[in-house]
Amino acid sequence: MGPLNRRGFLQIAGLAGVTWLTPVGHLLARAAEVPGKERGRAQSVILLWLQGGPSQLETFDPHPNTRIAAGTGAIDTAVKGVQLAPGLGMTAEEMGSISLIRSMVSKEGDHERGTYTMKTGFRPDPTVIHPSIGAICCHELAVAGTDIPRHISILPGQWPAKGGFFGDQYNAFRTDDPANPVPDTVSLLPPRRDEERLKDLDVVEGAFARGRTRRVEATMHRDAIAGALKIMNSDQLKAFDVAREPLALRRSYGDTPFGRGCLAARRLIEVGVRCVEVTLNGWDTHANNHASHAELLKTLDPAFAALVKDLRERGLLERTVVLCGGEFGRTPTVNAVGGRDHWPTGFSVALAGGGIRGGQVIGTTDPDGKAEPTAPVTVGDLHATVLNAVGIDHTKMNQTPIGRTVRFSDGEPVAALLDKRD
Amino acid sequence: MSWMRNLLFIGLVGGGLLAVGYNLLPSRANKTPTGYDGAAYREPEFQAAVARVNGSFHQQWTTAGVRPATPAADLLVARRMALGLTGTVPSLEEIRQFEALPPDERLSWWLDHLLQDRRFSDYFAERLARVVVGTEDGPFIFYRRRRLISWLEEALARNRPYNEVVTDLIADEGLWTDKPATNFVSVTCQPDKGNQPDPVRLAGRVTRAFLGLRLDCAQCHNHPFAEWTKGDFEGFSAYFGQTHLGFKGIYDGPGEYEVEDRKTQVKKTVVPRVPFNPELMPDHGSRRQRLAGWVTHPKNPYFARASVNRVWALLFGRPLVEPVDNLQSDGPVHPALQVLAEDFTEHGYDLRRLIRLIASTEAFRLDSTSARDDTEAADQAWALFPLTRLRPDQVSGSVLQAASVATIDAEAHFVGRFFRMQEQTEFVRRYGDSGEDDFDSRAGTIPQRLLMMNGKLVGERLTGSPFTAPTHIAWMAPDDPHAVEAAYLAVLTRRPTAAEATHFETSLAENNQRRAQRLDDLYWALINSTEFSWDH
Repeated sequence: MGPLNRRGFLQIAGLAGVTWLTPVGHLLARAAEVPGKERGRAQSVILLWLQGGPSQLETFDPHPNTRIAAGTGAIDTAVKGVQLAPGLGMTAEEMGSISLIRSMVSKEGDHERGTYTMKTGFRPDPTVIHPSIGAICCHELAVAGTDIPRHISILPGQWPAKGGFFGDQYNAFRTDDPANPVPDTVSLLPPRRDEERLKDLDVVEGAFARGRTRRVEATMHRDAIAGALKIMNSDQLKAFDVAREPLALRRSYGDTPFGRGCLAARRLIEVGVRCVEVTLNGWDTHANNHASHAELLKTLDPAFAALVKDLRERGLLERTVVLCGGEFGRTPTVNAVGGRDHWPTGFSVALAGGGIRGGQVIGTTDPDGKAEPTAPVTVGDLHATVLNAVGIDHTKMNQTPIGRTVRFSDGEPVAALLDKRD
Repeated sequence: MSWMRNLLFIGLVGGGLLAVGYNLLPSRANKTPTGYDGAAYREPEFQAAVARVNGSFHQQWTTAGVRPATPAADLLVARRMALGLTGTVPSLEEIRQFEALPPDERLSWWLDHLLQDRRFSDYFAERLARVVVGTEDGPFIFYRRRRLISWLEEALARNRPYNEVVTDLIADEGLWTDKPATNFVSVTCQPDKGNQPDPVRLAGRVTRAFLGLRLDCAQCHNHPFAEWTKGDFEGFSAYFGQTHLGFKGIYDGPGEYEVEDRKTQVKKTVVPRVPFNPELMPDHGSRRQRLAGWVTHPKNPYFARASVNRVWALLFGRPLVEPVDNLQSDGPVHPALQVLAEDFTEHGYDLRRLIRLIASTEAFRLDSTSARDDTEAADQAWALFPLTRLRPDQVSGSVLQAASVATIDAEAHFVGRFFRMQEQTEFVRRYGDSGEDDFDSRAGTIPQRLLMMNGKLVGERLTGSPFTAPTHIAWMAPDDPHAVEAAYLAVLTRRPTAAEATHFETSLAENNQRRAQRLDDLYWALINSTEFSWDH
């Protein structure tokens, strides 16, 4: 009396006369397997989303012995002259594969609006909802035999990535700690009852289609059910199951939901998933900034470092872009309760893989915390950089539902990060 | 002391049994149906307005060369009304009340029954809130979305004239907690700009939400085809240029509105002005009060049209003129929109009258099937009732209602309502909120199907529990045909077709030893059907 398996499902489809289930699935899979033009090397993006807005000074952009450091020091890394904040010791060892942008500038200092901006590359706009970077990847890159959702949000925060004007089918599929089974993908009934239920459904569907066949087909309701059954019966669901990895490797990622999320992300891109975002929440440190960051780094450091190392050792780093950052940074000044507030001008993100040069540092911030950063990189520039790494033309125009044309990104790629390829 | 413990134990068990009994037995005696005022529908002026709207559609059907569908069954019309006004399907209990009335009174009674129900003000307030402030969480300290919704609920429950509601939203002063309408302004407070409200976002919101115009497209550039210019938009924004946030909340003070040129970074002062009908602008009051007076002026053609189009969309699932926030500023206006807008203006912006009017039109009561003309053209000309995807809260509300025989309304058990709200929030989170964009015609998604097929909310509503409708029906229905019929009525608000009845009755008869299971399966199939997740 186990859950529905593939063979069982095909039998059911045959028995129950639900002939619409299988051909549609086959068609969808085949139509999507037209290979895209080979531009970039990367095929997938992993976003380590630090929700709340991490402090650049306590992560990727320390200014030791200054007033703005407020006591935070710095540690050396594998790359000479590049320092990170204490607590990122494991990440420091992987610095040869990682690059930093320390001069990120955004115009949004509110969590929701900042998140939208960082995930889509655009400021919120009442007349259009932009697709997130994962949605763009899924829309533009080939399916390559992937049955399970190709855009996944592990431990989704408040605002998981959306499909925007590409449609809800490009929204990230949300799932929690990979220690638990993926929600809603298992039928707990014996196969016989699943079979009966699908047969029953066919009867109800038949009655509803009469007199509105064309419009009922346009609802794509049955296609969505076929897609759901395909996922339920896919072996690729095992990619979520990190318990299949050796214990030592699991330990290196850290015994945390976020660590497991990062490990699952690697397993997922191996089966062709295009974008996985893994969220680590808690960076909104308006009070007690230093201690909170020290605690969060215990989770972030092993997971980020192990992910980069694991991908590299498996030869996957070249075809995977890893991006680590949050919606904005935090103020250089420390407030009365030991916190730092929102700071969208001059914050940091880390990038690795996908042909992006390692060990680079773009831009510098003012050690006094006053002047604008040098070599500022806009959120649009960051998106253009990532899109280029996955071989998507960031200047490509798209029609929005109201007929406006917008580019994938309004920025330009950061040349210093990409020029290794040419 | 052991006797005390025993007593306590007996007391607890007794109390538990009572509670179980209370929930198991359909304890509520048949509620007396709410009254309604049939005269309002028979009033000649009301009927004339309905006739004018009907006439305009007949014209449209002739022009488009399409044939209208036949009238829909009363129960289906009742389902549409319930989904549009309260976000759930009718309960089995309500269906029984409905069918006990004389046929010609049923729909009028039902509409008034819904309009008087708390579920209407609750649900409609949330829909309106999405129009006026969107779904964002907004600035943490200065914005209380829940307060704004309660305020809208009260306005709807009292049927406050819509122009007054909008005037308060645009122009009210005070604290967001004390004067909830000011949340309309405070949601735009910018944390990185001293928490001051954003005139640009406010101007965009006012034009889209209350005038059905997208003036904000002119924010960045002069659009080659639209008649608005960048200067128009800046002038409109200037009406919010003196609005500030202080210790006493949102207030209007002195100062000028300045904008910075994107290229030259030169600042210039902008004088407030409106892009059309400047003669309607009142002379007195704060800038915002004057703007509110201009927006809601009976001679401003856009206010009533935008309101009518919005209410139409909430009832039909599709706006009369698409998109809902972009009415053509030139060219002919849809005659039905014009008739309804005039009536709305002449009758003091009475939302309930508007809802009654729209729900009484022929177009609202047409079937969504047509043996003759299931074409795109017929669909576009409203010759069939449109097929539209239900919003996540409509789906979750309907699952919960379908799984209960009794009506889940304000009088329902408090504990039940509390858990229902929790579950609904969790369901909507997983199903994926459609956000502000309420009327997209997109198809459903795979995760939504997974959630409906295997998810907790549906699963728990079907199996194992003695508190759910399938179990109730299994116990109460005298025979299989009645059981099947009750399930269809509770979930799809219709009776099974002959083929459906045969299929399920045979299945129940053949599986008599697992009858309850097969009834669960019937419920599962009905809830997972296209019909359940779409308005039709």
